[in-house]
Amino acid sequence: MTQALSIRGLKKVYHNGFEALKGIDLDVEQGDFFALLGPNGAGKSTTLGIVSSLVNKSAGSVKILGVDIDQDFSKAKRALGVVPQEFNFNQFEKVYDIVVCQAGYYGIPRVEAKQRAEHYLKELGLWDKRHSAARMLSGGMKRRLMIARALVHDPKILILDEPTAGVDIELRRSMWEFMKKINAQGTTIILTTHYLEEAENLCRNIAIIDKGEIVQNTNMKSLLQQLNTETFILDIQTPLSKAPELNGFQTQWLDSNSFELQMQRGQHLNDAFALLTHQGIQISSMRTKSNRLEELFVELVEKDRQQDKNKVAV
Amino acid sequence: MTMQEYFIAFSTIIHKEINRFTRIWAQTLLPPAITMTLYFVIFGNLIGSRIGEMGGFTYMQFIVPGLIMMSVITNSYSNVVSSFYGAKFQRSIEELLVSPTPNWVILSGFVLGGVARGLTVGAIVTCLSLFFTDLHLHNVWITVLVVLMTSILFALGGFINAMFARSFDDISIVPTFILTPLTYLGGVFYSISLLPEFWQNVSMLNPILYMVNTFRYGILGVSDIDVVYALLTVMGFIVAMFSLALWLLNNGKGIRS
Ligand SMILES: Nc1ncnc2c1ncn2[C@@H]1O[C@H](COP(=O)(O)OP(=O)(O)OP(=O)(O)O)[C@@H](O)[C@H]1O
Ligand SMILES: [Mg+2]
Repeated sequence: MTQALSIRGLKKVYHNGFEALKGIDLDVEQGDFFALLGPNGAGKSTTLGIVSSLVNKSAGSVKILGVDIDQDFSKAKRALGVVPQEFNFNQFEKVYDIVVCQAGYYGIPRVEAKQRAEHYLKELGLWDKRHSAARMLSGGMKRRLMIARALVHDPKILILDEPTAGVDIELRRSMWEFMKKINAQGTTIILTTHYLEEAENLCRNIAIIDKGEIVQNTNMKSLLQQLNTETFILDIQTPLSKAPELNGFQTQWLDSNSFELQMQRGQHLNDAFALLTHQGIQISSMRTKSNRLEELFVELVEKDRQQDKNKVAV
Repeated sequence: MTMQEYFIAFSTIIHKEINRFTRIWAQTLLPPAITMTLYFVIFGNLIGSRIGEMGGFTYMQFIVPGLIMMSVITNSYSNVVSSFYGAKFQRSIEELLVSPTPNWVILSGFVLGGVARGLTVGAIVTCLSLFFTDLHLHNVWITVLVVLMTSILFALGGFINAMFARSFDDISIVPTFILTPLTYLGGVFYSISLLPEFWQNVSMLNPILYMVNTFRYGILGVSDIDVVYALLTVMGFIVAMFSLALWLLNNGKGIRS
């Protein structure tokens, strides 16, 4: 099957001479739910900008559903729906008009465009606001407006650059459900995010980009398996003055009612609990210290920084 | 895209442009109506009655075609320059850039949007002028043709200005320092036969002179210059400006990093 998106040797040098992408390769399969992760300034928006024709590339190739953007960009663009990072609609235009006009730009006749606009505005909970000027919407509504606009021509691939930035938790969850739904209906989704929880919950495959280079490109499961350690916080019923000593496990005292337990890969929680039970310590609750993906992310990006420093040292 | 889809995209842009200038009619349609009425009253009536004849007509009859043309020019230009620059500034131009709509359709859509405003204002001013003078058309075809061509040409000018503009100041530089002087010196208020020969020749370099005179010929049947030559010149300008605008758009000048 042709890849939804296939990028080879993609480079971008901005006018000021800054090299934002240093030759990246990336493949996204059809039907995938794909996350592009990276710290601020890593080159995520630049990559998506090139794919969606808002940024000119300096070198390399991009194929969308097998169509090279250098050969038939018009055809390639038809397959894409784009939700950019920054708001990019006319603030004075009405919500409904924005979506209807966007359909027109894809050659959809006006009658049909209106039906589709109604459908997606309802799906995204904006139908009540259809007569408002875009600037009257809240931040979260504006983001949903951009999603409705991106979907109005039923694209095969939906690209979202930080769709849930500045969106409250409840709304974020409903947006996740929505994205899962359209993904289940067959739309390939590519998103960037800073919420690692989001990537972990939604995405099957993931690429981590840092300083214009892909440092990791794999599926979520095997990425999480790379985690060597995982830290849990355990709450105890009877106060302790120091962390319990558990043979083979690392522990650290936090306060009289809780301590940290670090698990190496291959170790089992059962064993830890057996030891705790043996010592007569009752555990009332337990949680992971931080998002696992977050730790891995920091680890990968840090490793990259470390290598850079070494390079300089040599 | 098929031809039909091109047409849908094209009419969507025009529809949107017309919506824009009618929505803000108090900034787009009302001011020229007021300004031109003042011109008719002050220059045409009050001062004109003392001037006497110009080119064989009353001064009012003489300046009406010029003033209609002047409003068509400024409105075609400023519609496109502010709409396209606004789209660039708010980045809503990206709605079109991510779509499969080709650049020539985008350009044509914005230009025709400007023509729509130019002609609307032209029609309003023409109606107002009827309160001050009678209007007989000497040659309908030439009148319509030259208005249309002039409107297209200045809409293209507005587009190019917007492509280059980096700030809101930049979109008023050309109208203030180039367009207005050329219009005032383009024979709106006087026949160039009043000028010394040297200045007559200099005036021949002013493209607006050709349009104003051709239009006046269409209405009154008199012109300072050859009408066919004028129409061909304007046509040449249109082709050149369209190519330049399209080239700028294809290169993403100021809209793609
Ligand atoms: N128009 C531009 N001109 C010059 N440099 C730019 C331009 N746009 C982006 N950059 C630089 O390119 C790099 C990558 O930017 P990009 O927007 O792709 O990052 P990002 O990964 O999307 O970051 P964020 O998470 O903050 O959105 C940054 O260092 C940025 O400063
Ligand atoms: Mg970004």
